[in-house]
Amino acid sequence: MHRMTLLLTLLAAVLNMSESAMAHPGHKEAFLNARVIPVNSPAIEPGYLIIENGKIVEVGPMSQWVQDSPAIKTRDCTGQTIMPGLICTHSHIGIQGKGGGGADGSTPIQPEVRILDTIDINNAGFRRALAGGLTCLNIMPGSGHLSSGQTAYVKVRPAKQVEDMLILDANGKPMGGLKMANGTNPQRDAPFPGTRAKSAALVRQAFMDAQDYQRKMDLAGDDPDKRPDRNLKLETLAEVLRGERVVHHHTHRHDDILTVLRLADEFDFRVVLHHVSDGWKVADEIAEAGAPCSIILIDSPGGKQEAVDLAYDTGRILDEAGALVAFHTDDLITDSRWFRRMPALAMRAGLDRQTALESLTINAAKMLDLDHRIGSLEPGKDADFIILDGDPFSIYTNNLATFVDGKQVFDLSDPDDRLYAVGGMGAGNPMRPYLCCIDEGHE
Amino acid sequence: MRLLISLLVLTLCNLASAETLLVFGDEVWTMNGKELIKDGYVLIKDGRIAEVGPASNATPDGTERILRGRIVTPGLVDAHTCVGLAGHLNSDHDRDELDRTTSIQPHLRAIDAYNPHERLIEWVRGFGVTTMHTGHAPQALVSGQTMLVKTTGNRVEDATIRPRAMIACSLSDTAIREKSPGSRAKAFAMLRQRLLDAAHHDRQMTQSDTEEAKPPKPDLELEALASVLRGETPLLIHAHRARDIANALRLKREFDIPIVLDGAAEAHLMIDELKEADIPVFIHPTMIRPYGECENLSFETASKLIKAGIPVAMQSGYESYVPRTRVVLYEAGMAAANGCSREEAMRMITIEPARILGIDERVGSIEIGKDGDLAIYDGDPFEWTTHCTGVVIDGSVVSDQPR
Repeated sequence: MHRMTLLLTLLAAVLNMSESAMAHPGHKEAFLNARVIPVNSPAIEPGYLIIENGKIVEVGPMSQWVQDSPAIKTRDCTGQTIMPGLICTHSHIGIQGKGGGGADGSTPIQPEVRILDTIDINNAGFRRALAGGLTCLNIMPGSGHLSSGQTAYVKVRPAKQVEDMLILDANGKPMGGLKMANGTNPQRDAPFPGTRAKSAALVRQAFMDAQDYQRKMDLAGDDPDKRPDRNLKLETLAEVLRGERVVHHHTHRHDDILTVLRLADEFDFRVVLHHVSDGWKVADEIAEAGAPCSIILIDSPGGKQEAVDLAYDTGRILDEAGALVAFHTDDLITDSRWFRRMPALAMRAGLDRQTALESLTINAAKMLDLDHRIGSLEPGKDADFIILDGDPFSIYTNNLATFVDGKQVFDLSDPDDRLYAVGGMGAGNPMRPYLCCIDEGHE
Repeated sequence: MRLLISLLVLTLCNLASAETLLVFGDEVWTMNGKELIKDGYVLIKDGRIAEVGPASNATPDGTERILRGRIVTPGLVDAHTCVGLAGHLNSDHDRDELDRTTSIQPHLRAIDAYNPHERLIEWVRGFGVTTMHTGHAPQALVSGQTMLVKTTGNRVEDATIRPRAMIACSLSDTAIREKSPGSRAKAFAMLRQRLLDAAHHDRQMTQSDTEEAKPPKPDLELEALASVLRGETPLLIHAHRARDIANALRLKREFDIPIVLDGAAEAHLMIDELKEADIPVFIHPTMIRPYGECENLSFETASKLIKAGIPVAMQSGYESYVPRTRVVLYEAGMAAANGCSREEAMRMITIEPARILGIDERVGSIEIGKDGDLAIYDGDPFEWTTHCTGVVIDGSVVSDQPR
């Protein structure tokens, strides 16, 4: 992006208070002659895409393209592929450095902590994410706690403050889930749990406290005097119990996965399973529970005890069992610029190509309750899309352009943007990222 | 001598076990500097490559085991890894790539720590890696020795090509400890002092030979460093920042020792200097994480160094967490997608590391007389969705399951 454009975008971001007002009024643009992959319907080639006011207004084959207005801006995309912006269900961009991350070392369950209060919007990781074609992220605190806090769903928009990136629900409230974890990462010295059974017991107690809190709220009804004192921790867990906040649960080993499902069943909360290295061992159980899975694939199994049986086959096996499948970068565990690589590696182990496309887009959107707004190219949805110069799952394919809410936020032909795509002086982060365990390196 | 005997036994074993293999490929990438062979074949007999050419020249007698694939390449050579010392569990007692008791330990031998049954060896082999330069991690000022192995064998002796390849040294952040060395300048001073000590020790040893003087006390550490000073063992210097690369070059100038640069995230800022000093580079894995001293890495560095005429090989590198190892094929692929040709990228994981490591007479290209090491793919080896469908080491099929 040119510096001037960036400045103007930043200015627009400051002037516009509400999220929806950020789109350009009256801006209508047509992208022509592309291979268009709407994801929720078959690819169209050659096809076109029209956007207006930050929304998609039309998608179709070139044979149906009619230039209804001479004012419409057109862009020839011959030989290029247009698909929805990629959605990462699990990212740690912008939360590193001193004081970074979510929960602190005081207690193992801290749902009151919001990751949005720590996000550094100037982190180069956001620029790299745009280079990779990521338009929406679930920014999560780490996995070193049973619950390390509330996650934040963001659009990767140029921003002056985190509010410019947050995705708001119908009531104007920032959207996000609750990060939880089991297995090895949260097991530490007291007051943290030392075993898996203790981990589950602490979580059960916390949810029972929240049930009690909710009961008191219900009894008080509309009478403010009868309500219990506000308790941010229990309030957040009560949102989970009411189904308003999804649990994003770090879980690797087969028995840990089943523990999550057991707790979700007991307390009737909505959960997305994250990482699921052993998911292939308990695929039927996951599918039967209706739990969506966001998978991580790394180059080799192991590196930590709970990931020794990690397999490229997990995506295929879960998909065949009937579970909803997505992937995540866990940035910086893997780099957002190669997000397309992860489902491609799963395809290497037999994952169906259409599922691979869905995993990067609409399936991820479903896991964030955002499938009515993003995740496919359909009239009425947000104009979040990318333009590639080849097949999404080829190593040789470059992302040429990223659009968020109808605005181009990455342009590979711009040297300033290109720096973040390929690296070089100034493209990275001077600080170590905050992630559970990577700093110690020995977990 | 014992090692020589082991190698001899190993060779005899291979002669006994290896079958005659006839491998057909739609393309045979020989990596011998000539054009690839379309519709070609490779015949492996007694563990060595016996014939290479167009498939029409093959004269099978019906007894050969036949393998087929889209693309046949030499067995891949990983220029630098820690696999085999570093274990996949990554728990206590599974991290033999690094001892932290002191900061300079050139006498730690890789052969005493290499576990040929480590699961990660089988893992990388499944992608076509047949030779590894592995050893102590670049995580201390001098962490220990490295070795050259084939990714097969029951005992370390079966796997070993060369028991001591290089001595791993770090002039980067990873050399710095809480107490000592607590700074770069101190680390550099400590290393220089030990090299001077080693030179002194070596002189005394030599004099004691000739003048029948009392020999100095045996010192494994100084003897290991002396082999560097004598030019027998290169120092593998881990450096990422341009400053640290410059320090490596200064060390080489002062002691006139062979060095290979390891990592080199900011090598793109030092191309002229590296070229002038004639230093080979084991470039950081392309996908290493861009923070800390690697924040300024570029995916195009390999391509730029190659264009400048600097010898470059790709490494899978060292990882302390997840993934415990990267796959050198993937890393070369990312270079192929960022400025390198496919041939340049494949050279970085075959003939180039073989040359830099001094084993190109045995591995790194498909040529008559070389070890029968091959990798077979069902498509472009660098594509994420391609499979490695066969791996051959010394004429034995060690993997035929697609990965």
